[in-house]
Amino acid sequence: MENDKDVLEVRNLKINFNTYAGTVKAIRDVSFDLRKGETLAIVGESGSGKTVTTRSIMGLNSPNAVIDSGTIMFKGQDLLKKSRKQMDKIRGRDIAEIFQDPMTSLDPTMKIGKQIAEPLIIHKGMKREKAYAQALEMMKLVGIENAEQRINNYPHQFSGGMRQRIVIAIALVNYPEILIADEPTTALDVTIQAQILDLMKELQAKTNTSIIFITHDLGVVAGMADRVAVMYAGKIVEYGTVDEIFYNPKHPYTWGLLNSMPTMDTSGTELPSIPGTPPDLLEPPVGDAFAARNKYALKIDTEKQPPFFKVSDTHYAATWLLDPRAPKVTPPEPIIERQKHYAKLVHQEIDKSKGKHVEEQEEQL
Amino acid sequence: MAKYLGKRIFYIILTLFIVSTITFFLMKLMPGTPLTNQAKLTPTQIHQIYKQYGLDKPVWQQYLVYLGGIIHGNFGTSFQFSNQPVSYLITSRLGPSLIIGGQGMVLGVLAGLIVGAVGAIRANTWVDTSATIISILFISIPSFVLAVLLQYYLGLKLRLFPIADWGGFMYTVLPTLALAASPLAETARFMRTEMVDVLSSDYIELAKAKGLNKVGIIYHHALRNSLIPVVTIIGPLAVNIMTGSMVVENIFSIPGIGEQFVKSILTNDYPTIMGLTIVYSAMLCVVLLITDIVYGLIDPRIRINK
Amino acid sequence: MADNAKQTSAADFTPIAGADRAKLDDEKIATPSLTFLQDSWRRLRKNKAAMIALIILIILFILAFGSGFFETHNPNATNPNLANLPPKIPGIDINGFNGTIEQSGSRINAYAQANAGNHFYILGTDYLGRDLFSRILYGTRISLEIALIASFFDLAFGVVYGITSGWIGGRVDTLMQRIIEIMLSIPNLVVMVLLILVLKPGMTAIILSIAITSWINMARLVRAQTLELKNQEFVLAARTLGESSWKIAFKHLLPNLSSVIIINLMFTIPTAIFFEAFLSYIGIGISAPQASLGTLINDGQKNFQFLPYQMWYPAIVLSVLMIAFNILGDGLRDALDPKSRE
Repeated sequence: MENDKDVLEVRNLKINFNTYAGTVKAIRDVSFDLRKGETLAIVGESGSGKTVTTRSIMGLNSPNAVIDSGTIMFKGQDLLKKSRKQMDKIRGRDIAEIFQDPMTSLDPTMKIGKQIAEPLIIHKGMKREKAYAQALEMMKLVGIENAEQRINNYPHQFSGGMRQRIVIAIALVNYPEILIADEPTTALDVTIQAQILDLMKELQAKTNTSIIFITHDLGVVAGMADRVAVMYAGKIVEYGTVDEIFYNPKHPYTWGLLNSMPTMDTSGTELPSIPGTPPDLLEPPVGDAFAARNKYALKIDTEKQPPFFKVSDTHYAATWLLDPRAPKVTPPEPIIERQKHYAKLVHQEIDKSKGKHVEEQEEQL
Repeated sequence: MAKYLGKRIFYIILTLFIVSTITFFLMKLMPGTPLTNQAKLTPTQIHQIYKQYGLDKPVWQQYLVYLGGIIHGNFGTSFQFSNQPVSYLITSRLGPSLIIGGQGMVLGVLAGLIVGAVGAIRANTWVDTSATIISILFISIPSFVLAVLLQYYLGLKLRLFPIADWGGFMYTVLPTLALAASPLAETARFMRTEMVDVLSSDYIELAKAKGLNKVGIIYHHALRNSLIPVVTIIGPLAVNIMTGSMVVENIFSIPGIGEQFVKSILTNDYPTIMGLTIVYSAMLCVVLLITDIVYGLIDPRIRINK
Repeated sequence: MADNAKQTSAADFTPIAGADRAKLDDEKIATPSLTFLQDSWRRLRKNKAAMIALIILIILFILAFGSGFFETHNPNATNPNLANLPPKIPGIDINGFNGTIEQSGSRINAYAQANAGNHFYILGTDYLGRDLFSRILYGTRISLEIALIASFFDLAFGVVYGITSGWIGGRVDTLMQRIIEIMLSIPNLVVMVLLILVLKPGMTAIILSIAITSWINMARLVRAQTLELKNQEFVLAARTLGESSWKIAFKHLLPNLSSVIIINLMFTIPTAIFFEAFLSYIGIGISAPQASLGTLINDGQKNFQFLPYQMWYPAIVLSVLMIAFNILGDGLRDALDPKSRE
């Protein structure tokens, strides 16, 4: 899993929140890598720990968050060991973030030119004129028309989609190594969503930035991500390439997520949903946190947390169903459909790669 | 802008007209006359005095005379000081009131902003708790109690400032302090709430993500956004100051309109009460107009063009 | 990974069914659900300052309204022979509570000097020999009564005005708002003074004048909230179901307005207490021989240099009353509107 191309390595991250009610175990042993230029999607419902994970990378968790264990290695250094001042220097220069709601994430009383230029002035010590010139470039790059005039406008003079473009301009103005996008399109209209996603892909191709894409919407992931990690109750339960997660999912929770997502050939009248609610992380269950909502739950699920079972070199899932001793279960109908589709995909791949067999082998290593 | 101003000024005039009308008729309903406190007078004398004040005419005629007078800045003659026109009584006493009121307002608001901002920045620490205690105390302790305590301890005991009377800056210190308490507390409360709100907003989160340090975030983003709404409470604070000045001026024997108002109430000096009521309303209207205009100027989201 | 697997037996790999399944489902309902008010009360109870304020207020209420029972003397009975006696609590020998007073450099027993015999006054007497403790209790009762009655009017009038204005909207709303704007451009105290002069000073005049001026804030807040709620789905749903407009306003809106109303009421009360004390202090409120905290402070202030207790005690009681209501108001605001803090 580790190689030179990793820009970020998160290992065994455990984060607790001290609250009046007790200690909330928000992140319970999370590990993942982010490779240069790739987009990693972290998918899960609210409260699954997606945002807390990225906040820890940014060093922006609330004061009552306690890092129980783990490392976040960036450029050979552990971000969790950095002081607040050191993190100030990394944020906005090496790691930038885009937030969910563009209507509220811009300072309403500051001209947008200044807001875009701010990271340049802070991190590169640029003079006002130079920073503004670069901010103007960035505005053009993210597709804001009439940038020369609009640089002196206030946020309320822009539409939601335009504001998200400005937020992206702010994030990318220093060409960061990593861009964290926390549900960047959730608050936008569907048509605008597509535009913003296209823009992000386009800019990623230009800047070779690695993106961590947080979302609860699997539909957005399909066109955007290279790899997907599914989070549930503070843990990653399955991760793999986007094809593996979409067409060969192994974890019952991923099945549930995929089933509740409408597709072009969704038939029937009702979209199935996952019953129940996530567990209370004040006292997380001893076993598999998903057991209570899992109709395929095994006895061992209530006793022991499942380890990661390897599906392929790039695909792992934490469910006892993959244990050789587990009974064979039949996934829901649509998942079988997906798996059939996947089998076809793999066949095509094999056919295609017959000529370049050697290359394929190398990549596997 | 001109249209907006015109409309606002029209409403101010309408308001003042209504205020004068209501005041006039209320005063007509009042028991007691300027003669209530006098020794027995003969009917001829009473008639003469009534004539002198125009009280012998029908009420509607008195009303028209009164309104006509107000337009020319004439509020009639004081009952208490029989030769003095009310307008003179007011203008000669406006100065001291404006000085201590203005000083109290500036001091209170500035100190309140600092207390509130510090409380918000250090939210839920002992600093915040102390700031909250200060504002609760200053909101709760009535101005007349505070004024007496200041007068006794800082004036009489420590002899730091003159205990009463009027004549130069030193005489304004204690009344200013007494008046500043309430705006300080209100501003601090308001500022703290605003700033806590701002500090938890998404754009502050974005500013952190940009890599701004704490000082930069507060200076460049949090302060401006929490300061702007404070303008909206200046009007209510002016009311507090006006109320406070009535007792504070009395306690420190300051020849201002507040002291005059209380004196007029106790002596049934209706023309002066009416005149001061209109002056107080006019001052408040002007303050409200100015704060609305300032608010429109400093908040980019609001443009006065209606 | 492999180690983990070793310790488990094959029996563990059977699907959960029957009773086990039900047990698993039960675990999901871990925390009991609380109603909005229960939840607010829980939050309020955690706020130590607010709870202390509440207890102080309860004690003051009991003392003030049971004042006939606690009064050591008739609050209005004058006794010129025993005028200006300092506080004396039998058995306590601390200056300030032992009936002695500083006079021309030395401490003398004021009670002995006045031939007070076995009489004692725990907070001393005023310039007419009236018992200060009983007078303070009586004054507190006046303050609380006025606050309660005034806030009742405030509630009745302000809430109805606000709902009407916001709910009907249109021209009625504009007109009602104009009226409020005009009221707002006259300082409250001036309005009160005018009304009191017309009605002759006294309880009724004070209550009426406070009631007439204090509803404005309530009306504005209730109106703003009504406007916001008016367009929400649950109101729309009730309309669709054919409920009458006024029924919706009082059945669906009022419960949702309760936070705003309670919070604002908690700030109306100290304001009313302040204005009563203020008016009495400047001499047009409660008139002699009745006691009010305002008149007591005014009387005490005249002798403050020599007999400071005569102003301190009523001033402390008035301030404590105001502080307690303000803290409780703050606490209630935080409890009912969790967004306002953090």
